[in-house]
Amino acid sequence: MRFSRKNLGIPYMLFLILFVIAPLAVLVYYAFTNGSGQFTLMNFIGFFTNPNTVGTLFYSLAIAAVTTIVCVLLAYPLAYILATSHFRAKSVIVMIFVMPMWINFSLRITALKEVLTFLEGNLAMHPFLNAVIGMSYDFLPFMILPIYTTISRLDRSLLEAAADLGADEKTAFWKVTLPLSMPGVISGVSMVFLPAMTNYVVLDMLYNSTYIMGSLIGSYFSAYNWHGGSMIALILLAFICLFTLLTGTGEDANPRGGSAL
Amino acid sequence: MKKLWKSIFFVVMLLLLYLPILILAVYSFTDATTIGTIRGFSLQNYVTLFTTEELRTMIFGTLTLAVTSALIATILGSLGAIGAFYSKERVKTAMSTMNQIPVINADVVTGFSICVLMVVVMRISKDTYIPLLIGHVTLSAPFVFLNVMPKIQQMDSSLYEAALDLGATPFRALKQVVIPQIMPGIVSGFGLAITLSLDDYFIATYTKPAMFDTISTYVVNATKGSQTTIKTALWALSTVIFLIVILVVAIGNYRAIQEEKRKEPVHG
Amino acid sequence: MGNETVKSENIIELRHVMRQYDDNGFIAVHDFNLEVKRGEFVTFLGPSGCGKTTTLRMIAGFDIPTSGEILLNGKSITSLPPYERPINTVFQRYALFPHMNIYDNIAFGLRQKKVAKDVIDRKVKRMLSLVDLEGFEDRSVSTLSGGQQQRIAIARALVNEPEILLLDEPLGALDLKMRQEMQIELKAMHDRLGITFIYVTHDQEEALTMSDKIVVMSEGEIQQIGTPEDIYNEPKNAFVADFIGESNIFGGIMTGKLTTRFCGGEFVCVDDVPEGTHITAVVRPEDVEITKPENGTIRGVVTAVIFKGMHYEITIQSGKNEIVARSTRSANVGDRVGICLEPDGIHIMIAEDHTNTFQVDINKDYRLEYNGQLLHASLTKLIKGGKRQEDGTIIDANGEVIDLSRIRVMASIQPEDIDMTDNQEEGLIQGNISNLIYLGSHYLYIIHTELEQDFAVYDEDLWNMGDRVGLIMPTEKMSFTIKK
Repeated sequence: MRFSRKNLGIPYMLFLILFVIAPLAVLVYYAFTNGSGQFTLMNFIGFFTNPNTVGTLFYSLAIAAVTTIVCVLLAYPLAYILATSHFRAKSVIVMIFVMPMWINFSLRITALKEVLTFLEGNLAMHPFLNAVIGMSYDFLPFMILPIYTTISRLDRSLLEAAADLGADEKTAFWKVTLPLSMPGVISGVSMVFLPAMTNYVVLDMLYNSTYIMGSLIGSYFSAYNWHGGSMIALILLAFICLFTLLTGTGEDANPRGGSAL
Repeated sequence: MKKLWKSIFFVVMLLLLYLPILILAVYSFTDATTIGTIRGFSLQNYVTLFTTEELRTMIFGTLTLAVTSALIATILGSLGAIGAFYSKERVKTAMSTMNQIPVINADVVTGFSICVLMVVVMRISKDTYIPLLIGHVTLSAPFVFLNVMPKIQQMDSSLYEAALDLGATPFRALKQVVIPQIMPGIVSGFGLAITLSLDDYFIATYTKPAMFDTISTYVVNATKGSQTTIKTALWALSTVIFLIVILVVAIGNYRAIQEEKRKEPVHG
Repeated sequence: MGNETVKSENIIELRHVMRQYDDNGFIAVHDFNLEVKRGEFVTFLGPSGCGKTTTLRMIAGFDIPTSGEILLNGKSITSLPPYERPINTVFQRYALFPHMNIYDNIAFGLRQKKVAKDVIDRKVKRMLSLVDLEGFEDRSVSTLSGGQQQRIAIARALVNEPEILLLDEPLGALDLKMRQEMQIELKAMHDRLGITFIYVTHDQEEALTMSDKIVVMSEGEIQQIGTPEDIYNEPKNAFVADFIGESNIFGGIMTGKLTTRFCGGEFVCVDDVPEGTHITAVVRPEDVEITKPENGTIRGVVTAVIFKGMHYEITIQSGKNEIVARSTRSANVGDRVGICLEPDGIHIMIAEDHTNTFQVDINKDYRLEYNGQLLHASLTKLIKGGKRQEDGTIIDANGEVIDLSRIRVMASIQPEDIDMTDNQEEGLIQGNISNLIYLGSHYLYIIHTELEQDFAVYDEDLWNMGDRVGLIMPTEKMSFTIKK
């Protein structure tokens, strides 16, 4: 057979089928079977009838929502100032705000933990507050970068056109910059909201004994309960799909990918 | 006035992001075990960091895993992107969609599902390192794919044809023309793959051998434990990594600026 | 062309070449037949999307014909990959490898053939001097101007000593002055090297200047093959006439031996075409003679005068027709003038049959109209995948709104489908019988209408010359086409 460029994709295609699609299929299978391999809806019903697990779901959503809002409120003004400023070494300053992404998160959270312990004494006293602080601290750079990128790529002439048509600076911001920078906000939200529902290790490290959705998978994993864990994973997947459909971040936006070096 | 507020906001944000790391860095040079206590200067933490066998193995293991998985991910992802780009629209869409799944999926779910498939269903022992390696490749190859794809799209499609026209076989055209053209994408994809592997916690937790630790899993376990010498040695590790990142960023920026300067006269 | 040892040897031949795209079934090239002699400079000329580049790509090997054969020196190379063909291409945007310097770019092809280093060195140096860029070896591609990149692209192709050099709109990216210089240089290079050149362009001037042979293409088909003179002076059909040079093109009819009527006047011509034949008359602007109103065969009013450097371009409105004339003398807008045409300035092309073709109007409700009367035909159906939106506008298959000011709808109807009636108001249009010819079984009538058009009608009954009649033309017998 003659060499063809198309065939270069075959190994990766197989890899994706084997290690992306197959694991998901296995998840579905385990979620709807019991220990003896019989079909069951118990895992599903169990999750939604147990007040603890349902409570965990709402608690995770609350943490994720508050974290996301905090991140947007902090990141947007910062990204806006950065993108519209006339600093000569703008790229360097942006880099400084994004740099924490490259420091191992566990070390950053360790640092945060030490500071919070110094400030609060017993960390277990404010679990929700600490969870939001921890998550925001961890994910803030992921919110800054996409917003900065969309604002700085904004066509300058649009603002000039707005000014030309009589809009003052404030109006131009609300009517032009903000709506046009929404894709960046949305992609930042998708980078923060889902991890904030699942990244339970941040809570663990802050001596936080409350549970979020990710913690459930962790505890099922420790108990070798693959069926229960698969159901939680599947429910999370459903959330992710829903979220992706709502925000339309499936194809183009990937702040992690865009932040390369 | 407005400018002043902007500057204050700016500084506050910088402090929020960096104060914990900086405080930890300062305390890593003391013999204190908690922040707030004022003690004397000491390099003990750095001595512990570089002499403790356990820590050295852990750091070396993390780096080896990062480089190995990033290499595999870069090869797979780059070839995948090239193959997908030149395939029929349907195949291309299918690959891009599958590629997107690990990108948007929560790492907990990715790690757990790979563990269930490989360890529970396929019965591959975690001690073989295969689940861990595959897990990290699954995590980073999609990002390589995403970094390479736009470079192929931007490339003038007639370059490949020009190479064929001048007598190069498709394989040599790829090697001598296409790959050099998309090299920036491949390199940034590789860099990203390294950082993703270094930063990962969940996939490693679910797929690593019991006796093996990455920096993330080690640090998380150490915070839960009460060994203060190890705990404060990790402060030193944090500081070292912080310095390395600053160095890499500084070099990267310096080179970018040099590049800019070099190009300017031509454009002007 | 210097020393031809073998006379009229075909270097490349395309036989019934057809290219259809898999994904949408679009036929880019249809039944293409061409013979190119060794050393010829052949140009594929046509508007974008006419299939000229696809044809070139099939010769180069980037595209494989769906059916048909391509022969090089009599041997089929139809499915030979590009890197095994002794043919090289100069690409539209040059396609120089940006990661290599000039030397490596030019040496690329020779290195693929594992040519010895010193030979490569010599050949690259010679090529650089051929294109007047000695000493550029170490320069990077991005430091070169468009014209210089162009020369390097040519050098990179020629260094492989191809049997055929393909050039895909190579001058398209250059500015006018540069383009004219390169035209002369390319032609000189062709004469000197004796290599066969196949050149693709949409610029008719470029084609006329450089080529030995021009292949005019439209919608995937060859319209005419000929020397530049042939194509300019004897265009085979209205498309060629319209595309090559500036032309006035009129629909008309033969009214007698060597007499024809178009544009509201009767003219003597040199083409002997049977009476009653529908014709297309082509008149080059330089053959339009402007006279005093009383001396002209037809009369009109000057509507525009443009100074073009060497001459004036004068547009005259005569009835419904617009005539463009080229004259060294100026005129004023609003002048009443006469127009004379010399017999040899009129080029007559026979329309295939007696089919009547006329333009219909699109009214403001996007309905078709002729002579102020509504035609019961759907405009929407004429557009492939067309849909009418709520606001009445029409979108095509791609969802783009059709700009009605940029399309023309042509209706055609056969002579036997038209009925003449004394009751003039019944007809879609009225006119006078200006000619009648007995064709054995029936009469052929030419009706000259109020809209200055001639309709051919078959009728078994005898009518009188000059009779005023109404023409009944049923919409269901008409067929419609859209022209952009």
